[in-house]
Amino acid sequence: MNTLKYLGSTLIRMLLLLFGVSIVCFFLIISSPIDPVDAYVGSESNISQEQKDVIAEHWGLNDPPVQRYITWLKNLLHGDMGDSIAFKKPVVQVLKERFVTSLVLMITAWVISGILGFILGILSGVFSGSVMDRIIKTFCFILSSTPAFWIGLLLLIVFSVNLGWFPVGFAVPVGKAAEDVTLLDRIYHLILPAFTLSITGVSNIALHTRQKIIDVMKSEYVLFAKARGETTWQVIKRHGLRNIAIPAITLQFASFSELFGGSVLAEQVFSYPGLGNAATTAGLKSDVPLLLGVALFSVLFVFAGNFIANLLYGILNPEIREGSEK
Amino acid sequence: MEQKKNILSVKNLSVSFKMYDKGLEQKDLKVISNLNISVQEGEILAIAGSSGSGKSLLASAILGILPNNASVDGIMTYCGMELTEELQKKLRGKEIALVPQSVAYLDPLMHVGSQVVGVRGTLEKMRTAFKRYELSKEVETMYPFQLSGGMARRILLSTAVIGDARLIVADEPTPGLSKEMAKDAMGHLRTLADEGRGIILITHDIDLAFEYADRVAVFYAGTTVETAPVEDFRNGPESLRHPYSKALWEALPQNGFKPIPGTQPYAGSLPEGCLFWPRCPVRTEACMKGEIPSRSLRGGEVCCIHAT
Repeated sequence: MNTLKYLGSTLIRMLLLLFGVSIVCFFLIISSPIDPVDAYVGSESNISQEQKDVIAEHWGLNDPPVQRYITWLKNLLHGDMGDSIAFKKPVVQVLKERFVTSLVLMITAWVISGILGFILGILSGVFSGSVMDRIIKTFCFILSSTPAFWIGLLLLIVFSVNLGWFPVGFAVPVGKAAEDVTLLDRIYHLILPAFTLSITGVSNIALHTRQKIIDVMKSEYVLFAKARGETTWQVIKRHGLRNIAIPAITLQFASFSELFGGSVLAEQVFSYPGLGNAATTAGLKSDVPLLLGVALFSVLFVFAGNFIANLLYGILNPEIREGSEK
Repeated sequence: MEQKKNILSVKNLSVSFKMYDKGLEQKDLKVISNLNISVQEGEILAIAGSSGSGKSLLASAILGILPNNASVDGIMTYCGMELTEELQKKLRGKEIALVPQSVAYLDPLMHVGSQVVGVRGTLEKMRTAFKRYELSKEVETMYPFQLSGGMARRILLSTAVIGDARLIVADEPTPGLSKEMAKDAMGHLRTLADEGRGIILITHDIDLAFEYADRVAVFYAGTTVETAPVEDFRNGPESLRHPYSKALWEALPQNGFKPIPGTQPYAGSLPEGCLFWPRCPVRTEACMKGEIPSRSLRGGEVCCIHAT
């Protein structure tokens, strides 16, 4: 019963959030100074003003904003998200294609940042005060105070332009037929963007884990475990990991928003054809349907991350899990 | 009567911590100095003293689990062997066991069964220990937050009996317990002692200690001022040797609740000579300088040049 109530209220909150975000986004985009028709035809074209007016009329740009929003909402409720102006395809199709590309990137970055951050955090926390701790801490502070896109640019300059180890952009080799693209090609193109995207997450999780493991090592139960003959590594294995894993996992799922935000920048730097890249294009071309689609999608994505974090916390923590049973 | 075997003796123990003073200047903060105790088999030695007198640090020093910035000086002997760091490593959790204060000393996310087993016990031994303390099988898969106060008490005790400990250090085992439960806990400790173990009972609850202990060591500012048979404490100040022990006795509610002026000095600002002289009613010039050695007197030990 409680579970149903929880799910119900979560669903309602999600719908309200989607509604709110769509309104804000819609009015933000239509107040943008970029004229969608100009962006569509390009500044160099010699299309006459009359023809432009026809396009604007066809797209419904001359209707009052509220009416345009209501039209969009009505169509959305029927499952139609409209056509993207920039890509000349249905928005749903653009989202689908782009998301698959982005998902690979985001999952890779997410896993790297989670594992790397967790390991760095443990090392730094267990040996807190040591030289290694100081190096890791400094590294994390630098990373967390550096914008991801800037790191991306540096990586691009060093590894792609100067050393030539990695491609300068795109998800697949330029000029290769789609059916010839191998998995290795994709991985090769994925490495730098994924690394860039993982960087902000690493410091977050590492610093958090570090503090948490310091607290655990100072706890009374660790003192008692030592008194009962456990060595430092046994203490970490038996008590440390157990007690820091729950907050770390929760934090990692809750970081979906930063992941999505980061992907917009990282994809732009590496011209990686993902959802973030589509969002930038949509913004620059005043592509209302696509931008709204991306916004709604990002809401769902972030909401799902937070929801999973909440659920996992309840499942993993025995005090919540078994406390509610009794 | 057959001479009982000494399980642990601690001679001239001192513990100090490296601290950063102003800026980068390091200094040693001495928190335990010149401490002497001994425990025999079958005996409960109660350690009494106010907060900050170094009682819990002594427990950590015996087990060798002091923080890294602590340094220890003095001689500890366990069953005739010098209790070195390696020996402590080998013995803790087996022959030397700590019984902590509360359930906070158990990992909140681990089943208590596997915690009692620890890294040195076996499932079988854990079951025997649980049976001894009437803990049912379901308790094994419980988490610490699910335990009642009495169950927690017995679980902490079973961590000591599982390793066949010969020396048990019980650190404040009774606060927060009802009178019946406290007595029950002390009864368990008494039984463990009667089976031949040596027990160091660190406690604030002096009344309870007087009831169950064999000898009492009085701590003051990180040192032992007096060790005496428990009868002397039951008899009253005239049987006691050190002025602080007498003051402690008289400060008990049933003995008049009489406080003495002043406070226990903090580590780092200890007086020279006898640590108690600033508050002592019988002090003389001689108390204020030099080291006051521990000496035997009427079946006890005392650190006072005036004691008779």
